[in-house]
Amino acid sequence: MVAARITVNGKETPISPATPHTTVLDFLRDRGLTGTKEGCAEGECGACSVLVARPGVNKPTDWVAVNACLVPVAALDGQEIVTSEGLATPGADGTPPTLHPVQEEMAVRGGSQCGYCTPGFVCSMASEYYRPDRCASAHADANGHADAEAHGDAEHGPNGFDLHSLSGNLCRCTGYRPIRDAAFAVGEPAADDPLAQRRDQPAPAPAATTYAQDDSVFLRPSTLAETLQVLRERPDAVVVAGSTDWGVEVNIRSRRANCVVAIDRLPELRELRVESDHLEIGAAVTLTEIERRLDGTVPLLAELFPQFASRLIRNSATFGGNLGTGSPIGDSPPVLLALEASLVLADADGERVVPLADYFTGYRQTVRRPGELIRAVRIPLPLAPVTAFHKIAKRRFDDISSVAIAFALDIEDGVVRKARIGLGGVAATPIRALATEAALEGKPWSAETVQAAADVLRAQGTPMSDHRASAIYRSAMLGQSLKKLYAQTSEAVSS
Amino acid sequence: MSHLSERPEKPVVGVSMPHESAGLHVTGTALYTDDLVQRTKDVLHAYPVQVMKAHGRITALRTEPALAVPGVVRVLTVADVPGVNDAGMKHDEPLFPDEVMFFGHAVAWVLGETLEAARLGAAAVEVELDELPALVTVEEAIAAESFHGARPLMVTGDIDAGFADSAHVFTGEFSFSGQEHFYLETHAALAQVDENGQLFIQSSTQHPSETQEIVSHVLGVPAHEVTVQCLRMGGGFGGKEMQPHGFAAIAALGAKLTGRPVRFRLNRTQDLTMSGKRHGFHSTWKIGFDAEGRIQALDATLTADGGWSLDLSEPVLARALCHIDNTYWIPNARVAGRIAKTNTVSNTAFRGFGGPQGMLVIEDILGRCAPLLGLDPMELRERNFYQPGQGQTTPYGQPVTQADRIATVWQQVQNDAGIADRKREIAAFNAAHTDTKRALAITGIKFGISFNLTAFNQGGALVLIYKDGSVLINHGGTEMGQGLHTKMMQVAATTLGIPLHKVRLAPTRTDKVPNTSATAASSGADLNGGAIKNACEQLRERLLQVAATQLGANASDVRIVEGVAHALGSDKELAWDDLVHTAYFQRVQLSAAGYYRTEGLHWDAKSFRGSPFKYFAHGAAATEVEVDGFTGAYRIRRVDIVHDVGDSLSPMIDIGQVEGGFVQGAGWLTLEDLRWDTSDGPNRGRLQTQAASTYKLPSFSEMPEEFNVTLLENATEEGAVYGSKAVGEPPLMLAFSVREALRQAAAAFGPAGVSVDLACPATPEAVYWAVESVRLDHESRAGELPVGAIALSKV
Repeated sequence: MVAARITVNGKETPISPATPHTTVLDFLRDRGLTGTKEGCAEGECGACSVLVARPGVNKPTDWVAVNACLVPVAALDGQEIVTSEGLATPGADGTPPTLHPVQEEMAVRGGSQCGYCTPGFVCSMASEYYRPDRCASAHADANGHADAEAHGDAEHGPNGFDLHSLSGNLCRCTGYRPIRDAAFAVGEPAADDPLAQRRDQPAPAPAATTYAQDDSVFLRPSTLAETLQVLRERPDAVVVAGSTDWGVEVNIRSRRANCVVAIDRLPELRELRVESDHLEIGAAVTLTEIERRLDGTVPLLAELFPQFASRLIRNSATFGGNLGTGSPIGDSPPVLLALEASLVLADADGERVVPLADYFTGYRQTVRRPGELIRAVRIPLPLAPVTAFHKIAKRRFDDISSVAIAFALDIEDGVVRKARIGLGGVAATPIRALATEAALEGKPWSAETVQAAADVLRAQGTPMSDHRASAIYRSAMLGQSLKKLYAQTSEAVSS
Repeated sequence: MSHLSERPEKPVVGVSMPHESAGLHVTGTALYTDDLVQRTKDVLHAYPVQVMKAHGRITALRTEPALAVPGVVRVLTVADVPGVNDAGMKHDEPLFPDEVMFFGHAVAWVLGETLEAARLGAAAVEVELDELPALVTVEEAIAAESFHGARPLMVTGDIDAGFADSAHVFTGEFSFSGQEHFYLETHAALAQVDENGQLFIQSSTQHPSETQEIVSHVLGVPAHEVTVQCLRMGGGFGGKEMQPHGFAAIAALGAKLTGRPVRFRLNRTQDLTMSGKRHGFHSTWKIGFDAEGRIQALDATLTADGGWSLDLSEPVLARALCHIDNTYWIPNARVAGRIAKTNTVSNTAFRGFGGPQGMLVIEDILGRCAPLLGLDPMELRERNFYQPGQGQTTPYGQPVTQADRIATVWQQVQNDAGIADRKREIAAFNAAHTDTKRALAITGIKFGISFNLTAFNQGGALVLIYKDGSVLINHGGTEMGQGLHTKMMQVAATTLGIPLHKVRLAPTRTDKVPNTSATAASSGADLNGGAIKNACEQLRERLLQVAATQLGANASDVRIVEGVAHALGSDKELAWDDLVHTAYFQRVQLSAAGYYRTEGLHWDAKSFRGSPFKYFAHGAAATEVEVDGFTGAYRIRRVDIVHDVGDSLSPMIDIGQVEGGFVQGAGWLTLEDLRWDTSDGPNRGRLQTQAASTYKLPSFSEMPEEFNVTLLENATEEGAVYGSKAVGEPPLMLAFSVREALRQAAAAFGPAGVSVDLACPATPEAVYWAVESVRLDHESRAGELPVGAIALSKV
């Protein structure tokens, strides 16, 4: 077996003597690459953002920005990363480096004050700079063919730059205006830009990894079968895909595992297929990939993604992870419940399909058995015509929901034929609002129906008061969300 | 024009330029304290032993189990302190406490070969506690009469007469939250001992001299054995004015005892749970207006939540009292201040330093009273402005000498923002939309510049010119992102008459400039700029003599401009490098210590009267918001600001300070939500929002969609370096316009004339309840509102 190694800024570096729990952030800093900073150690501030070469959506390779604080360095065995130091072109014989175009824009426009968050912003910005369809979408926009998202709003630059790509980066000094100006000023990569050229070559293949130290091991099996065998033999194993949840456990709650198993590159978990009667999304496809590959064809998911954590997190997070933790406040369960999704669960003996509505059994408890893995999410087709996702939170970008409500309604001739409503944040598990669904189905889609159903919806679940919101606000928001949906649909009809 | 404010020909000050470290920032090569660990051998890591109870006496502290953890080298306890066991300036802050005073209080520190070993060691230390009752909120402290420190009283005029003359009298109560600094770089220090056991400490500190002072008293050594250096900070905002000292003392103590370098860096949760924050306040007030809405009298009591120790609470409270007038003439006032002693972290300096809290009280009062007076809030504010030429003074007796600027920025921002048209557009929008409302509010500020404590208003510098003509400047101020170093280089280049590239700035160190003041109170550029200018003037005078001889002219007729000396009326020139070289061979001293003290200040803390401020900074902001009536969620649609920085030393940097301060202020007032466990459960006193995932800072989504900042032109300040004004803190308070716009948008959901009570921070939930109160009021169902929803009552 080849010793675990990682290519950092073009230089191959052994991962040893890092431990299986050492994060990419600590690994880089231990090697003197201190540009990558720790601001929060839980994937919220982005000061640790670095670029990883991953299989691309529109080109063989994408430069994807991720939170280095969350990813174990062993997970990047055989991979390539670039840090803020590596974006600049070194000067000869100690002369100052030539700044990368995003660095140049950040510097001259006052995008840095204290400078601590800056390397992370630079990496997130560089990821968007190298997004192959960035300029194309801006161009399309100019000709009136673009998707609605790129339609010249405050969140998209004339250069196609999507401000959401910086939603996972916090700056406490600038107030963001100069950073936005820098982002909206970057042009297209030059033809001889080595990172731009790198996109045309395949991304590094996943390396089968066994990285052990003392009584702890990080494993990356090559196949699903091998993975399921490992999970059977190691019931204590922690399964990670993007490690956006496990990384927080390691850093904030000091959890350690004897065995961590990475599944994010298993081909069997990375498929996205549209069948005649359903859509199947592999459990390890990142949310960013789903977002780009579906390209708005599932409107409820398209509405979910910009509100799901940040771009930095979505670049690593997966449906498998968000459902695997069983959290009552994940943002995907309400949406997937409304879409009537099912989960394909696999273990060494085979597969079974479980409706998501039957999956959650209690606070962070599910029907998933030891040794069982979520392989895929299935969404039945056709989709309900009227959908909406309402996330109630303190902050619009990158916050955890106080309440999340997803609607999928089939309204025909002014009558609600079918209603599916998923709720998060109001019970120990994500739930379907069954009583509200019943209060809507078969009724005319009218103010009276909505008022009555909103009263039912407001009483659903058993919300708590905590630091995010009071119980009465959470309940109020349930009812309000249905009224808001009604207002939005009637506006759409009247206009 | 004063000597201090006058600019020479072709000054480098006033030129817009990026931060001097921008190139290092963007490439990740700028070094912060904790980045130095990789460059230092054999470093030990320090980790705190935090006790997770809000209050209790320590009955046993067992360190042996920690020492059994592999890699643990030593556990620091009170027995190790050779000097004074105290981390503060008030002697009420034991470095190693025998009584746990807040949830998360560190009672010992573990040194380990690795951070992991130190962490496991800290977890192994056993602490036994006799638990004591804990006061967690300021209201609980008031009820228990738990106060500490000074009880200032500010009195002007005759409030009884003022109330007697009032046509309208209102009373109210208002509590509002503190704010976490959330500098992206948490507290950090790295301490090393030299061959004589002397200490060299690199610390992320805004106040290296005080860090030095605390370290030397903890170690029981004279200050000259302790050197503190700060390369730069990843943000400070006041949170590193006083809080770094005890932490640095731990690292220094560890280094002294082990002979090895010791590093600590708090992780985010430790930083949030161990370090002080902006003071939350409770206030009660009674205000009287005449028939036209002019304030006649104000009677108020402000109670600051000081936390467990005094720290900077007394000067913070003093500044709060000194700013309750904001831009308004209050002829009769009686304002009392007290500091609640609670079992929470020791609250401390935070950008504005009490000023924002004092001003928030009066802005809240005006926002609530305007509808009751039947006045547009803009009109009510304008009617109460200080008027020029009337000899008006603040309630503490300082003349308001630039009262005209209050109206000038107010008028200019209305013009720039097109207020008249937009008010019409907003009215039309609101008429057409039942579930979404917009509002536009303007608020102004008047913020006093100088430390209230007169002695702090001094600065020092050391300027060295080398034989090759290059210049190295040192000064007592620290760089935390505010661009101080950039400005100081511009000041040096301007005074010497040389291009900026000739000037380099060395890191802030206590062995270069002694007895410095904190880089705080927005005073960094005023004090250190004055000192650098002074040092450079001494050098320039010497060099002019040399040049005069060389050019055959009188020294008073020689100018140095852009690195060339020339005599007036002559073509002869002498390049800077040649001039310096010549001076060296003529044995002219090429270094100078500079000094500056702010003239004309006086302050009597006992009578609470005087003129503590050199001048006031002014500004006005117009903010438009849109509120979703379904949820209370909102967006800032547009912000226009006109701000007075005097004649800017560095416009890009000043605009950055204005924008950044505004957004930080908006964060405090609308989003950032410190929540403590106030239950009687086992976690009483625990900070519930102790991570970036639960304590939300403004992100891109809070940036105003349109954001226009204009610096007031022709604004020369006679009393400050090169005619500039301080900029660090004042813009934070421009964010009151956001809160007032939200209040007005909530009001727009109901009929005119309804006073809206808005919680602070005005989170979407708080705005929703404000909207609901208006809607319920509208439906004449006020009886259904929760008790206390309308605190305002007419007497």
